[in-house]
Amino acid sequence: MSRGMGSTLAAPAQTAHHRDAVGAKLGMWLFLFTELLLFGGLFLLYAVYRTRFPSDFHFAATTLDPLVGTVNTLILLTSSLTMVLAVAALERGRRRAAQAFLAATMALGALFLANKASEWAAKIGHGLFPRSGLLLDRTDGENLFYGLYYGMTGLHALHVLVGLGILAVIWGLLARGPRRGGEAAAERGTERLGSEAAAERGTERLGSEAAAERGIQLENAGLYWHLVDVVWIYLFPLFYLIS
Amino acid sequence: MARTAAPPAPLACSYLHPGGGRGGLLGWVLTTDHKRIALLYLYSILGFVAVGVALGLLMRLELIAPGRTIVGASTYNALFTLHGVIMIFLFIIPGIPAIFGNFILPLQIGARDVAFPRLNLLSWHCYIAGAILAVTALFTGGGPPDTGWTFYAPYSIRTTTNVTLAVFAAFVLGFSSILTGLNFIVTIHRLRARGMGWFRLPLFVWSLYSTAWIQLLATPILAITLLLVMMERLFGLGLFDPARGGDPLLYQHLFWIYSHPAVYIMILPAMGVVSEILPTFARRTIFGYKAIAFSSMAIALFGYLVWGHHMFTSGMSDTSRWIFSLLTFLVAIPSAVKVFNWTATLYKGSIDASPPLLFVFAFVFLFMIGGLTGLMQGALSVNVHVHDTAFVVGHFHYVMFGGAGFGLMAALLYWFPKIFGRLYPRRPVYIALGVLFAGFNLLYFPMLVLGWMGQPRRYYDYLPQFQTGHLISTIGSWVLLVGLLILTVTLMRAARRGPWAPPDPWGGTTLEWRTASPPPVENFAVEPAVTGRPYDYGALGRGAAAPEGR
Repeated sequence: MSRGMGSTLAAPAQTAHHRDAVGAKLGMWLFLFTELLLFGGLFLLYAVYRTRFPSDFHFAATTLDPLVGTVNTLILLTSSLTMVLAVAALERGRRRAAQAFLAATMALGALFLANKASEWAAKIGHGLFPRSGLLLDRTDGENLFYGLYYGMTGLHALHVLVGLGILAVIWGLLARGPRRGGEAAAERGTERLGSEAAAERGTERLGSEAAAERGIQLENAGLYWHLVDVVWIYLFPLFYLIS
Repeated sequence: MARTAAPPAPLACSYLHPGGGRGGLLGWVLTTDHKRIALLYLYSILGFVAVGVALGLLMRLELIAPGRTIVGASTYNALFTLHGVIMIFLFIIPGIPAIFGNFILPLQIGARDVAFPRLNLLSWHCYIAGAILAVTALFTGGGPPDTGWTFYAPYSIRTTTNVTLAVFAAFVLGFSSILTGLNFIVTIHRLRARGMGWFRLPLFVWSLYSTAWIQLLATPILAITLLLVMMERLFGLGLFDPARGGDPLLYQHLFWIYSHPAVYIMILPAMGVVSEILPTFARRTIFGYKAIAFSSMAIALFGYLVWGHHMFTSGMSDTSRWIFSLLTFLVAIPSAVKVFNWTATLYKGSIDASPPLLFVFAFVFLFMIGGLTGLMQGALSVNVHVHDTAFVVGHFHYVMFGGAGFGLMAALLYWFPKIFGRLYPRRPVYIALGVLFAGFNLLYFPMLVLGWMGQPRRYYDYLPQFQTGHLISTIGSWVLLVGLLILTVTLMRAARRGPWAPPDPWGGTTLEWRTASPPPVENFAVEPAVTGRPYDYGALGRGAAAPEGR
């Protein structure tokens, strides 16, 4: 983030409490900590079981296709890029470009999920799912590998899904644009987003305050999206690259 | 402190009766005013306490004589599970932070509201949704859960009772807790009034701050653990199933990584309340402000590293057992730092033995018994003998009820005039305290003795030689109930018909006493400026920084 956590934590400010951009971002970062700890529990289980059954994990991982995982990694990384571009576009006041980049991010997220779904469907088609007859005949380690595979990638996919929902809401808010101040003023208000002068001027105030809030919301949604990305970056080698 | 002739409170423009906005019920359940949300929590939490108390009384009644008395074994299992789930997840964990944190925190730091008012409302909605799910779990599926509030695997995965829904309820409640903690951290960082530096924060705020960090950093571990129980039951992942290589012990680790720090979510805010009440009624600044503030943070930190002491008999390695034992002893240090500082605060104070202060004395006494019996169990050799006995039940009731519960009652009595704008009569409250204190010790002290003699916990039946102890304990539960009823009736009457309270009825020095009782919607007419430390009674004597109405 542009401002370090240190300065965020140090500065007490009694501002109008609904427009505290630093506070909103601090809140989002705290929320991301909780998400890391949520996944942390699963990573802990993974670490214990993999240490206990290293060769079973190694063998079970051969059934996963590294190509599928690599493609999904590329898709998610690209979606993070388009997310950053969306935030940057809105900072420069280019609302329509921001919407386009946001739409691209959502499309890539959906593509990731489709890829994931087809991978799961193929596995389940082969009879590789928890408590399946095929898996129950295998070793404990392989069962645990698949338990973790479905649990961890499933929870991650759920997060992608939630992220898509959040992005869709923000896309809708952007599409609606600022509500007050007439068409032209509203357009100018959005275009000038980030410029202090526009924010201070009385007539355009409502429009640009709403736009500033959109900016904070988009940036926070971006932070969440990057978290989802980061989690996947760890899941990818742990499942696809250990065979 | 003579503060007589209180002017009628400006009730007409208080948060209880605001001019604009939505009226009626919607004006409450859709409010974003932290004070109204605090009251929503107060009433909903007290409602669930009543249910939890009723379940506890039923259990005690069953145990009045050996053999089956009123319920059978499986009903008894459901009773202690529900009593635990309700009292822990619906009462003590949200308890003081959600009620008094919400109401008092913004006032004490001179803010207009919390940082995210709408998120605050969402946490209450999560709380209610979780509570409804928990109640639904009783009447649907395969019957009420019978696993104990700890949901230990593998039994929680195999039992046919409605564990899935109960676990999901706890998950949703966890969300509420996380959001509250997050909100408080951002509020304390961002919304302090001008001049309110970190070491000018009231100690209640410090305790909420450390609590909020635990809520934020520990609850997600519980969330994933409960999610895994659900996934095990729904999809059979096998991660805790020994038949497929899973390790149930890992469940216990994950569960206690949250649930031990959760103990400090329960007790730290109560300690903050004590640190507020003592200086006010000793008319003296708190002894060792920084030591108390930092001991809160130290308890939060150490509290993370001691979860293994719940698992001494689970078959962990000896090395981890003695490390956990050592760390457990270390937690006692910051706790004792607080107790000694509180005692020192009273030295040479001009003590006003008001109801909140007497509840604080009860707190300190009961908490010390709870804390010292906790130390006994921290020792491995003793732990092996008293593990899973009534001794443990007695111990944690001394900490949770004697500590957090009495802390909550003290907080209610201390801030009652601020919240409702009314005063309550002292006499019935003194009587209630006496009855409560006697009933409490009658109820729980025999458990310590019985457990020491070998009475296991969670049994609906027992050997004849334990009957005297159980009988005393059950009688104690009735005495305790009488005390609770006296207190409830007194306060409910006072909230409606008590005389008007002045802004600062106790002579407190923190910011919440500088605004009207009950406070107006916007809390302060002008943003208060802070020029010194809290609890500065010396400055009060010199005429500086005195609260209004001097």
